[in-house]
Amino acid sequence: MLKTFRIGGIHPPENKLSSGKKITLLPVPKQVVIPLNQHIGAPAIAVVKKGDDVKVGTLLGKAGGFVSANIHSSVSGKVNKIDNALDSSGYRRPAVYIDVEGDEWEESIDRSNTILKECTLSSKEIIDKITEAGIVGLGGATFPTQVKLMPPPGNKAEILLINAAECEPYLTADHTLMLEKGEEVLIGISILMKAIQVNKAIVGIENNKKDAIVHLQKLSVNFPGIEVLPLKVQYPQGGEKQLIDAILRRQVKSGALPISVGAVVQNIGTSYAVYEAVQKNKPLIERVVTVTGKAVSNPSNLSVRIGTPISHLIEAAGGLPEDIGKIIGGGPMMGKALINTEIPVIKGTSGILLMTRKESERKPVYNCIRCAKCVNVCPMGLQPTQLMTVTEFSNWDLAEKLHITDCVECGSCSYTCPSNRPLLDHIRLGKGKVLGIVRSRKT
Amino acid sequence: MENSLYVSPSPHIHGGDSISKNMYGVLIALIPAFLVSLYYFGLGALIVTVVSVASCLIAEYLIQKFLLQKTPTLWDGSAILTGILLAFNLPSNLPVWIIIIGALVAIGIGKMSFGGLGTNIFNPALVGRVFLLISFPAQMTTWPVPDPLSTHYLDAETGATVLSAMQWDSSAIPSVKDMLLGNMGGSLGEIGAIALLIGFAFMLWRKIITWHIPVAIIGTVLIFTGIMHGINPTTYVNPLIHLLSGGLLLGAIFMATDYVTSPMSKAGMIVYGIGIGIITTVIRLFGSYPEGMSFAILIMNAFTPLINSYIQPKHFGGK
Repeated sequence: MLKTFRIGGIHPPENKLSSGKKITLLPVPKQVVIPLNQHIGAPAIAVVKKGDDVKVGTLLGKAGGFVSANIHSSVSGKVNKIDNALDSSGYRRPAVYIDVEGDEWEESIDRSNTILKECTLSSKEIIDKITEAGIVGLGGATFPTQVKLMPPPGNKAEILLINAAECEPYLTADHTLMLEKGEEVLIGISILMKAIQVNKAIVGIENNKKDAIVHLQKLSVNFPGIEVLPLKVQYPQGGEKQLIDAILRRQVKSGALPISVGAVVQNIGTSYAVYEAVQKNKPLIERVVTVTGKAVSNPSNLSVRIGTPISHLIEAAGGLPEDIGKIIGGGPMMGKALINTEIPVIKGTSGILLMTRKESERKPVYNCIRCAKCVNVCPMGLQPTQLMTVTEFSNWDLAEKLHITDCVECGSCSYTCPSNRPLLDHIRLGKGKVLGIVRSRKT
Repeated sequence: MENSLYVSPSPHIHGGDSISKNMYGVLIALIPAFLVSLYYFGLGALIVTVVSVASCLIAEYLIQKFLLQKTPTLWDGSAILTGILLAFNLPSNLPVWIIIIGALVAIGIGKMSFGGLGTNIFNPALVGRVFLLISFPAQMTTWPVPDPLSTHYLDAETGATVLSAMQWDSSAIPSVKDMLLGNMGGSLGEIGAIALLIGFAFMLWRKIITWHIPVAIIGTVLIFTGIMHGINPTTYVNPLIHLLSGGLLLGAIFMATDYVTSPMSKAGMIVYGIGIGIITTVIRLFGSYPEGMSFAILIMNAFTPLINSYIQPKHFGGK
């Protein structure tokens, strides 16, 4: 029996159309737009100005607080302007526009293909390098990695969990990375183990990626302490709390951090970025992005410089389908609908999913028939239909009592509802309201 | 192009489940039981079912269109299901005009007066059935005896059901084999235990319902009647007879599991099922009606909102 998390969950059609496609290098565009806020937390503060010459790896923005991350240039050229740009959030926010000239890299970066396994740095030195490189969680949540590696006082990490579930339908970036950069990924994991001073790490991979499981299991023989564990395919297994429950059978309490049960969770893509940062001095300036969709002629896994407009990625995958209805940054369950094709790729962009008009249309909404299917699939054990109702009635006290703030916004409820009710739309609204009330109560 | 992109919050895909898929799924699950009643009650079963379904559909259409002035949702399957379930709870020799009244009460009062599908408190088919039982006690409690492929309708030969036999004349109780197959008197849809269980298995397989409510009801009835049988076997019959007779299986599998009127959490479903089991048994053993399933379900329907607010599912990371 393969392990999986114990409450709720769904299994949407996997549609991993780009599975088995090799990572292709996408050419550098003429101009990149690098947002200063690509992560959860405070935006980075620009340290360059208009007219500055930058190289690949030059620091553009410095972390603007404890929970924040450095931003580096992904290209060489001249800073054209620092101005607001539409990003995947749908808002205009500060970004650095760079006109590309050549492809000159900072000299400190090791661009060779040699795999460096040995790492003699101390925990603190590793965390400093990760902080320096501006690494954030690459699964999509974009939480600054170094923060997770520095547990609050009184907490001690016991185990490192690596999230390689890639439970979102369509996406194959992590899968491809494991197949092509398996060795580097494992080195990255052992560096992370060193950083949090644990001697055990478990890589959780959903069982629909058997080749990656076999590959990493074979390689992991040379990496003491790293175990590769196949998991039953179930969404949202990549959720932090769900993954911990699936692997360790421990439930993180409402409002608590994973470290409270001794676990630190990192994404598999993040561990690759950690390898590059620590062993190769390479900041986070590029990532693997899946470009996919049923109407896409050539679904691909592309290695893309941060700041590249998504139109370039779409071109590389065969162009925009004629009846395009929706462009999603990320997967179909938790990704964000993008406003146009000029939105830049950021650190958290795991995929670009193109949907046809027909696929994009929402169906008419009917009365709730209280079938409780949303209750059965909710991985947090909440009652989505009830949360929607209390939100509609603005009953924030009750919403809080019903744990609305525990919602992980996985969308399983809306996906399942036979009446097509927009459950998550409402719950998200209510959750925001209640979080605001809780915050103002504290101050 | 750029102005015509959809921009909406996640999730961006839907599983494709719908109200009608669930309703038609239940209807498919009812087919075996319907075939059994067609076989044992013949023409009468057919007429009662057709009239009941047709009048439910017409009532739904007229009320939605002219009273509520909404677009009628005739083909979501819910009115058809109410019609079938109402018919299944009626004797197969019931006159057409009584069936039409039952359908009007079921749809008009049981469902539409509360706002339609999803907002009704009581199971509509049972509201219709109980209304008829109270208003036309004579017609509602004379059941035809099984007569394979009978062509009789109003003139069918009638006799006692198992449950009334239990109260008056225990020698008239049929064999367990006949009860499993459906060879006994009763409301038209309740007789074939095996057929009903096939429907149950189908609904479990299609994930239309979960096991909690039916198992809780049946378990409670078996335990309760088992204890009473143990205390006094001459007055109280074997629990197996209780299980296979009357509307217990039909009610537990198809009526009590109605989405709208049953609790949402698993624990709540168990409490609800136990409640129905206890009330049914009390009515059967100590009440003046031979059968208590309909009343038990309706009473527990009324408790559903209370159960929903007191029994929440176990939330992740909760105590």
